[in-house]
Amino acid sequence: MGTDTRLRGLRWWTELGWRHVVGVVTIVVCVFPLLYALSASVNPAGTLTGSHELFRVLSAENYLELGSTPFLLWMRNSLLVSSLTAVGTVLMGAAAAYAFSRFRFTRRRAGLTTLLLLQMFPQMLAFVAIFLVLLAITEVYPFLGLNSHLGLVCVYLGGALGVNTFLMYGYFNTIPRELDEAARIDGATHAQIFFRIIMRLVAPILTVVGLLSFIGTYSDFVIARVVLQRSEQFTLAIGLYNWGSDERNAPWGEFAAGAVLAAIPVVVLFLFLQRYVVSGLTAGATKG
Amino acid sequence: MALTTSTAPAVTGGRRGLGVGFLVKLVVVGLADALGLYGVLTSLATEQWGILVFLVAILAVVNWAYFSRRAVAAKYLVPGVIFLFAYQIFAIGYTGYVAFTNYGDGHNSTKSDAIEQISMQNEVRVEGSASYPLTVVAQGERLGFAVVVDGEAQLGAPDQPLAPAPDATVAGEQVEAVPGWETLRFVDIASRQAEVTALRVALSDDPADGSLRTQDASTAFVAVPALQYDAEADAFVDTADGTVYTPSERGNFVSEDGEALSPGWRVGVGFDNFGAMVADARMAGPFVQIFLWTFAFAFLSVVTTFALGIFLAVTFNDQRLRGRRIYRSLFILPYAFPGFLSALVWAGMLNDRFGYINVVLFGGADIPWLTDPVLAKASVILVNLWLGFPYMFLICTGALQAVPADLVDAARIDGAGRWQIFRNVTLPFVMVTVTPLLISSFAFNFNNFALIYMLTGGGPNFVGTPYVVGHTDVLISMVYSVAFESGSKQYGVASALSLLIFVMVGVISWLGFRRARRLEEI
Repeated sequence: MGTDTRLRGLRWWTELGWRHVVGVVTIVVCVFPLLYALSASVNPAGTLTGSHELFRVLSAENYLELGSTPFLLWMRNSLLVSSLTAVGTVLMGAAAAYAFSRFRFTRRRAGLTTLLLLQMFPQMLAFVAIFLVLLAITEVYPFLGLNSHLGLVCVYLGGALGVNTFLMYGYFNTIPRELDEAARIDGATHAQIFFRIIMRLVAPILTVVGLLSFIGTYSDFVIARVVLQRSEQFTLAIGLYNWGSDERNAPWGEFAAGAVLAAIPVVVLFLFLQRYVVSGLTAGATKG
Repeated sequence: MALTTSTAPAVTGGRRGLGVGFLVKLVVVGLADALGLYGVLTSLATEQWGILVFLVAILAVVNWAYFSRRAVAAKYLVPGVIFLFAYQIFAIGYTGYVAFTNYGDGHNSTKSDAIEQISMQNEVRVEGSASYPLTVVAQGERLGFAVVVDGEAQLGAPDQPLAPAPDATVAGEQVEAVPGWETLRFVDIASRQAEVTALRVALSDDPADGSLRTQDASTAFVAVPALQYDAEADAFVDTADGTVYTPSERGNFVSEDGEALSPGWRVGVGFDNFGAMVADARMAGPFVQIFLWTFAFAFLSVVTTFALGIFLAVTFNDQRLRGRRIYRSLFILPYAFPGFLSALVWAGMLNDRFGYINVVLFGGADIPWLTDPVLAKASVILVNLWLGFPYMFLICTGALQAVPADLVDAARIDGAGRWQIFRNVTLPFVMVTVTPLLISSFAFNFNNFALIYMLTGGGPNFVGTPYVVGHTDVLISMVYSVAFESGSKQYGVASALSLLIFVMVGVISWLGFRRARRLEEI
């Protein structure tokens, strides 16, 4: 192929030009709904009908109005629940991965296989049972039952091992065992090895798992909807759903402003994680 | 060189004693034990036997794991496994149990709860019985009745049968004040009217004695159960006409002519819940439609997103193309934006009367994007295409790197066209690596509750169905509707449907693994 000669005219169009057309059209389609949401968020009309001329007016009114709504409460709830879940997921997943990677115990293989099988059945499929279990728990531990953030976090942590152990297990196996052995000869206990040596060496995978867990929890709708029932307990997903789906007197402007603010943490984390996500996907893919 | 640490405690145990680590462990396990014991006592009091057994087991396992010198691996596995067991394995198992019961509205609790409820709810005033001038008293939220019976002041509350209150001040036939209680004035009563008229104060510990009730908050009368429970015969008897209600297999007290008392209680109903969807003629058609649509939706979602994804990946895989990085990073935007927000934004844009698409792009047309059965399905697929193609684009771009360039060059020299190269060289290579991901994408979309729920809410709804379900509902959103949103909550039926989904997801994943293995062997 002539890589050094620049393509011109018709040849350029058939080889490369059309790709730019496809690219531009795709970008327009990708970006438009997001721009539309941004435009509605700065439009003080605040209704679906009033949001048709994009960026006709620029006003912070919708954003300021969020202050008098439960939005900030929902944001706080979402951040709280997602952070707790992320920390818990990382700790429990790392501990389990350490056990599977470093110790040889009876039923170890069976345990790994069970986790692999459980991975196929996402927890959200059992939301009816989760609701009923929490209904029963409410009578014993009200702070872990329905309508409590801690109860919701516990439910999410129930899904922590199934999804993340394998990802971490693979990474833990790449840390040389000689390190453990050296430390053990120096008199370190298994707990010291875990907290002082291994946890530091696997920090990258801990970050990735923690952030992925954060994003997943932040965006979860079904389980949060089943567990949380009062407006002041809502997470962003449920609160904004109530605004966005309210067709008649929809606070559309506030919804759009809320959506823009709610999306920021996820988009930022995603851009930060993109490298890991993409390489993780493709690494998994090429391995088959 | 496997480290058999669990069999060599002398080496792994290291120093034992009062190190900081040991103290931390002691405090944490101690707190867990305290929490557990509190739960054991509460579940004893509230008769939650399942939780009680679970807690006792956990307490045993936790203390064994953390105070035994052996079980090293268990120390690291126990916390995660407890949560996994309680909220995933048990939840799945419980789904299996509930699926065979009639748990749901009208059958929410145990038989003894149902007996209590029925006795309480069916009360009539005793004919010709005395009425007493009544004083309504309160302790914060808690209401009580104070009356004068045979010249003696008596006080009672819902949780406390009528008992003498010797230190109350009495004015004539009426109690004026009771120490420790606030006497409610007329305005207070008016604002809590519903509470006051619903209040019943038992005359004694025996429910058959009846209770004190009021309708106007100024006089109280004695009401006795209209239905008397006969523990020996395990039946309710109507005190007025002597009708006997006996327990039925369906978990209700039923009279001979078929009249059932409500509420009932939870009983096993065998496989009835599994047939519930097709047994009801009003539901059979919609159920079959939803079932087929679920497969169609998942299949079309995968096919459309994959087709667009691989098309874009191949198109922008050309080294000579400028600005590839910019294109790629902008293509990922829909994937980076939280999906639940995108779905809601699209729902607003597709609104048939006020949405941007109809009003601006179609010049004020009235296209029922989300309210026509066929168009709504198309909209759901298109919005999911928007949401999902970036993921496919990413994995296809990755997979393309595995296609040997010399193979493509060889094909080109042999005179193969673009399409032929794609069809016979690129696609087979890509398929090997992405097939497992396509299968998991299928399984994900099979249960894509959030998209359906946020975009259409399952609508447009079918007419005349006993459950609120619509043309774009998939099985999982149908489960949600049956369990929570259809007026009468039917957890049993919903769980049976969930099991159906479990089985299908299992089969799909299993096929996926097998297929992936076969492709790898090529």
